[in-house]
Formats: sequence, C-alpha cells, structure tokens
Amino acid sequence: MSDTHAQTVAFVRDTMVEEQEPPLSQSGAYKWIHENMFSTPLNVILTVVSLFVIWTVLSHLLPWAVMGIWDADSLAQCREIRDEIYGADASVACWAVISERWNQLLFGFYPPELYWRPVLAFVLFLAAIAPVLFASVPRKALWFSAAAPFVLYWLLWGGSLWGPIAVAAGFALGAVVMRFAAPALGALAAVLLAIFVPLLYWFTLSGPLAGALNAVIPLELVNVRSNDMGGFMLAMIIGVSGIALSLPLGIVLALGRQSDLFIINKCSVIFIEVIRGVPLIVWLFTASLLLNYFLPPGTNFDLMLRVIIMVTLFSSAYIAEVVRGGLAALPKGQYEAADALGLDYWKSMRLIILPQALKISIPGIVNTFIGLFKDTTLVVFIGLLDPIGLSNAIRASTDWNGIYWELFVFIGLCFFIFCFSMGRYSLFLEKKLRREHR
Amino acid sequence: MTTMTDPPGQGFRLSQLIYDTRYRSLTIQVVAMIVLMLLFSWLVSNTIHNLQTLGKDFDFGFLTQPSGYDINQRLIEYDSQSTHGRAAIVGILNTLLVAVLGCALATVLGVIAGVLRLSNNWLVSRLMAVYVEGFRNVPLLLWIVLIFALMTESTPAPRAFRGDTPDASMLFDAVAITNRGVYVPAIHFASPFFTNGALNWLVVLVVLGASIFAIQRLRHWATAKQEATGDRPTTWYLILGILILPTGLLMLLMGAFLDMPSLQGFNFGGGIHLRNSLIALWLALSLYTGAFIAEIVRGGILAVNKGQTEAAYALGIRPSTTMNLVILPQALRVIIPPLISQFLNLTKNSSLAIAVGYMDVRSTLGGITINQTGRELEGMLLLGLFYLVLSLLISGVMNVYNASVKLKER
Repeated sequence: MSDTHAQTVAFVRDTMVEEQEPPLSQSGAYKWIHENMFSTPLNVILTVVSLFVIWTVLSHLLPWAVMGIWDADSLAQCREIRDEIYGADASVACWAVISERWNQLLFGFYPPELYWRPVLAFVLFLAAIAPVLFASVPRKALWFSAAAPFVLYWLLWGGSLWGPIAVAAGFALGAVVMRFAAPALGALAAVLLAIFVPLLYWFTLSGPLAGALNAVIPLELVNVRSNDMGGFMLAMIIGVSGIALSLPLGIVLALGRQSDLFIINKCSVIFIEVIRGVPLIVWLFTASLLLNYFLPPGTNFDLMLRVIIMVTLFSSAYIAEVVRGGLAALPKGQYEAADALGLDYWKSMRLIILPQALKISIPGIVNTFIGLFKDTTLVVFIGLLDPIGLSNAIRASTDWNGIYWELFVFIGLCFFIFCFSMGRYSLFLEKKLRREHR
Repeated sequence: MTTMTDPPGQGFRLSQLIYDTRYRSLTIQVVAMIVLMLLFSWLVSNTIHNLQTLGKDFDFGFLTQPSGYDINQRLIEYDSQSTHGRAAIVGILNTLLVAVLGCALATVLGVIAGVLRLSNNWLVSRLMAVYVEGFRNVPLLLWIVLIFALMTESTPAPRAFRGDTPDASMLFDAVAITNRGVYVPAIHFASPFFTNGALNWLVVLVVLGASIFAIQRLRHWATAKQEATGDRPTTWYLILGILILPTGLLMLLMGAFLDMPSLQGFNFGGGIHLRNSLIALWLALSLYTGAFIAEIVRGGILAVNKGQTEAAYALGIRPSTTMNLVILPQALRVIIPPLISQFLNLTKNSSLAIAVGYMDVRSTLGGITINQTGRELEGMLLLGLFYLVLSLLISGVMNVYNASVKLKER
C-alpha cells in the first residue's frame, strides 16, 4: 500500500523542517514598534503628535537646562557669561541662583553656623521613620522612633534639653498610671486617670522640674526662633508633624462618625463637614487673624504652631472620611465575629476592625498625606517663608531680580521627589499587605 | 413548685452609670456634652471679652457701607462707591466664574488624558502618565505662579504688535495674547431690546434653553416612535435647525456683531479683556484637577468587568452601542461621585487666587474688606459660610445622584 501511495504523490517529506526565525515583521523591535505605535491610522496620528510634543518640549528645555550656568553671583553676571560663551541670543538657565541660595532654599534664615542641627535632625528623622515604614528593621528601633519627636524638637529649636524630657516624662507617667491602675480600678477609670494625671503634671510640675534640672546640669543649645526657619525645612516640619498628628486624630474622628452614640456621632459629623467645606487658606487666615479672639487675652503663641494645628485638623477631617470608607467597606460579619468573641469595643476595633479597615484605606490616606505636604506651600500667605515664599524673597533682591524658571523648576522637582516617593511607598505597602489572590 | 422570684432588687447604684452597659453610653454622652458646652462657653466668653477690650462689636452693618476700593475683574456693575456687600457679591461671582470655567476645562482635559492613558499606543500612554504624575505631585500653588509668570514674562507687550512688520501678531486676527492679558472678540448688539446688556443675554439664554427643551421633546418622540414601529425617524437636521435657527434669528434681530480687539494707543481696546490673573488661575486649576480626573476616569473604565463587553458582543450589539448602553452607564456610576468631589476641590482651590491677585471672594470679602473695616470676625465668618454652603449644596446634589443610580438589589 505504501508503495502505491508513494508513487501517486510526487514528494513526501521524511524529515522535519528546521525551525526558522520568525519573519522580521513579527519579531523584535519592529514588531513592538508596529504594535505599540503604528497599528492603526489613529495610532499613527497619535504617535506623530506625541513625538512632535516631546520634540518641542525637549528641544527647548534640554539645551536650556544642560547649558545652564552654575557659577555666578547675580543674574547680570549670568548674562555676561552667557554672552561670552553662547552669544546674546542663547536661552540658557542660570542655575547659579540655586547654587548661591542653596542654603537659604533649604533652611530659610536659620543661623548658618547652626546648619548642622537641621541636617542632623533630618538624618535622625530618617533613622526614626525607617522602623515605622519597613518591617524588616528591628522592632527595638521603635523606641528610638518614640523618642525622636522630642530630640528633633530640641535640635531644631534649641533651648534646654530638659524641657522636652520633662514633657516626655508626662507620657511615661500616663503609661505607668495606665499599667498599674487598670487592674485595680477597671479600664475606664484607668484611662481617665491616665489622661488626668499627666495633664496635671504638665500644668504644674513639668515646668519647674525642667528649670530645676537645667540649673543642676545645663544641657542647652542656642535658641532659634520659628521666624528664622524657612524653605524646605519649614515644609518638612509642618508636613511631618501634620502627618504624624492627623492620622490618630482622623481615626478617632472616623470612629466617632461610625459610633452609635448620638451626640458623639453628630459632633464628629459637624466637625468633619465644616472643616472639609472650607478651603485650607481660609483656615490658615483664621489661625493667623482670629485665634487671638478665641483665646484668653494675652495668650500669644507661635505662628508655626498655629499653622501645624490648623493643618493637622484640616487633614484629619479628610483622613476621617477615608478611614470611614474603609470601615464601611468591611463585611458586617467581621464586626459580628468580634462581638461573638466577647471582645469589648476598643479591643474589637484594635484587633479586628481597624487593621483591616486601615489596610483598605492606605491609598486614600497616603493621598491625603501627599495633599497635606503640597498644601504646606500655602503658609506663604500668612507670612511664613516656605520655598515659594523664599523664591519671591530671592527675586526681590537686586542680584536676582527677574529670575523665575530656575527657582520654580528646582522647587517643583523637590516636591515631586517627595510626593512621588510617598505614592510609590503606598503601592509597595499595598502589595505587601495583600492577603488574597496571590 | 418553682416559684418565680424577681432578681434581688438592689435599686439603682451610682456605679451602674459607669459599669452597666445600659447606662454607660448615656453617661459618656452627657459628659461629652458638658465638656463641649464648657469649651464653647469658654471660647465665646473669651471672644466677647476680647471684643470689649478692643472696643469692637459684632455687627454686619459694614456690608451696607461704601467700600472705597476698585475691582478690576467684575461681572456686574461695581465702582468704589458701591457697598462692601456688593463687593462681596462681585467676589462670589468671580469665584463661581473661575470655578465653572475650570470645571469645564478640567473635565475635558481629564477625560482625554484618562482615555489616552489606557490607549495601546505606548508613547501616548507614557506621555499621559508623565502629565498625570507631574501635575499630581507638585503643589498647585507652584503651577499657578508658574503659569502666571509664563503669561506675564514670556508673552509680547502690546507695542510688539505695532508697526508694519510687528514682532508679534494676533491669532486669526482675533485673539491677542499680550503680557497684559488676553484679548478676545466680544459680541455686541447694535439694536438691543434692553439698555442693560445682561438682560439681552438673558433673553438669548432663555431662547436657547427653550430650543434645548424642544430638542429633548423631539428625541422623546423619536424614541417613542422607535419603540412603537421599530423605525427611528431621522432627526438630526431637525435638531440642528431647532438649535441654531431661533437663537440665530434673535441675535440677527438684535443686530449682533463681533467687536474685535485692536491696538488703540499703547494698549488694546475693544473685545473682552481676560486678565492674566484669570487665565493663569483658570489654566492651572484645570491642568491640576484634570490630572486627578484622568485617574478617576481611568479607574472607572477599568472597573467595568471585561465580561460585560464580551457579553454585549455575544448578544450581537455593535461596539458603539455597547459603549453607550453597557460600558458608560456602569463606568459613570464609579466616575461621577469622585468627579464631583474634584469639582468641589477645584472650587475651594480657587481661593488660591490670592497668589495672582485675582479678585475672588476671599480677596474682596476676606481680604480688602476685612483690612479696611477691621471686621475680621464677621468677614471670615461670612467667607467660611459661603464656602460651606457651596460645598454642602454640591455634596447634596451628589447624594441625590448617588441615590438615583444606586444598584437596586432585590
């Protein structure tokens, strides 16, 4: 059979054809470019338009930035150098303003001989924030994170070290009271006592105590006033304290808004809606213009502190809404399971509800933080020298009159780096905490 | 033989207020209430005391006094003899103007950028990612001052348009972009019905509104006919006619003509003068909010399950109809609520007008009026109330919408 069949067909292949490279149009860069840029007429148009946009922007921006002049004392000198090298028509950046005013942009009018203090504070801050952000850092380091706020305050503002220590002792006192009173008096009474005793201590004892200790062992740094701080240091101080303080406050507000207790619920709702309904800039003006009306005559406290309080209240209302979304997204079974285990309200919140709700709300919380950090620029309107305020101040000097883009680019890039890395961290955290669909 | 006995009647003990869950919530609330009342009365008494020491009272009478300052950008009649109240209204209108303009442009930009970011064109999607990340991660204030500087420093002065071979020229001979602002053609009426310009425009708007209403009825009629007979009558030329003819006729009747901006002396005259402050604020707000809207639109489209599209195709529905009837309604349910809250954010962010000297409500009522009359408390209170009422109104609208599109689960 096979013989006859073999004769009816002219040719039968008895070996495999060797594997061949795919055709050029179906492989490599050509295929990728074809599929991703020129697959349809519309795509061709889009690609051409985007290439044109990219070319326009880069052809103006790149030479301007790369050929920029880094070494000059004033804009006029910058232009002289430019005329010498590139000719009078060339458009080049004058980065010299950054290199010359670098310190001012970072520290404002902080005394130059004390620059080591904010630098050291920044390094310590990074060390303190690491165990909070990354679980791989040893947990013992969290003790340092807890102590960091007091150390940083002392480094930045100076004064006696005993002041922050005396304040910190109040928190320790509260923890001790809580520890020993809870078994004897019950939870509620212990909490009340743990709030009351430190308050009493702060109002009466802590001041004289710090003074006395300072008289015995003086540990003092030169005092720096808040007015002298500015630039990115100011943005960092306001941003970081706002972030650290607004998260707990926001969570409490969210719990209040979810609460069954009528009065607590309504108070939280009113607080959140009023704060969110009015722009931050109006709140900042309220802080600078009106606060003196609401407080006893003669009280006058630091403008920066007022700003931090306002920014904290503002973003805590936003965080409360984000966390409320997380709380509402949890299945009801989780609440019921916590009740069924016999956990009381705080335990069920702490152990079951909040860990899950916060995980859901991470993107929203981080977005709020990014917004807060960007909003620190608004303090320029009430007279604090944030980076944008400093750029105005630099422009007002005769040396740098008329310089715009270099400063804006620099400030924008710095903010971009901070905010973008915050956003990336939130993506990292989301991925790490994801428990389902691995 | 069992005897029912009451639990031992111990009466009410004071400790029950704390340890008995039946009373504890009441105790907590009463304590919270008392603390709040104390705090409030403390603040109010401080305020009263401080006001007395300063010799001030709490009085809104300043709103009826002449303001004595001028506002360069205004939508209604106003001069320095007008009252502070009118200045506040001018400011409110300016805030609403930039908010409405900004919301419109931001939506357009956001939708385009959001859709393009999902495009399978690698270059375009990356470009849009750069736009979104760039604008989201840099403070709005910086964008406002940057665009303002761009408008004032990089545009030609009016005298550059002068001469036989000018350095700068107008776009289409109609729009002049100068460092003093943008001049665009204005529509004026040669034989108006009313001497008051606003009333004429109101008439035009009413006619336009009536036309749109008529078009709605027409489409209803077409749909009804389609449902009854299966054939949809061709209506597009009717719709176009109804939209254009009545309004056009009315404008012709009133003798509408274009008033082109032209060089007069050292500056441009004629047309509408859009100040740099308005343009910079508008562009910056739109670009910034557009980046956020792009993310919302992208998320909304991605949130619609792919099975929905496939199911529609399996039913033999055409792609355009699938988009209109299957994808968009579901995507909009996800997109609209955060979109409206972005509008709200844009409106509140328009208070950054202070950076470029645009006269919004914060600059008039919350700025110059406060400085001139020394009524910080009243001025800030009114200002806060305005923003609060505005945002409550918008979120009220949002709640109504949410309720109307809520999935009706059975």
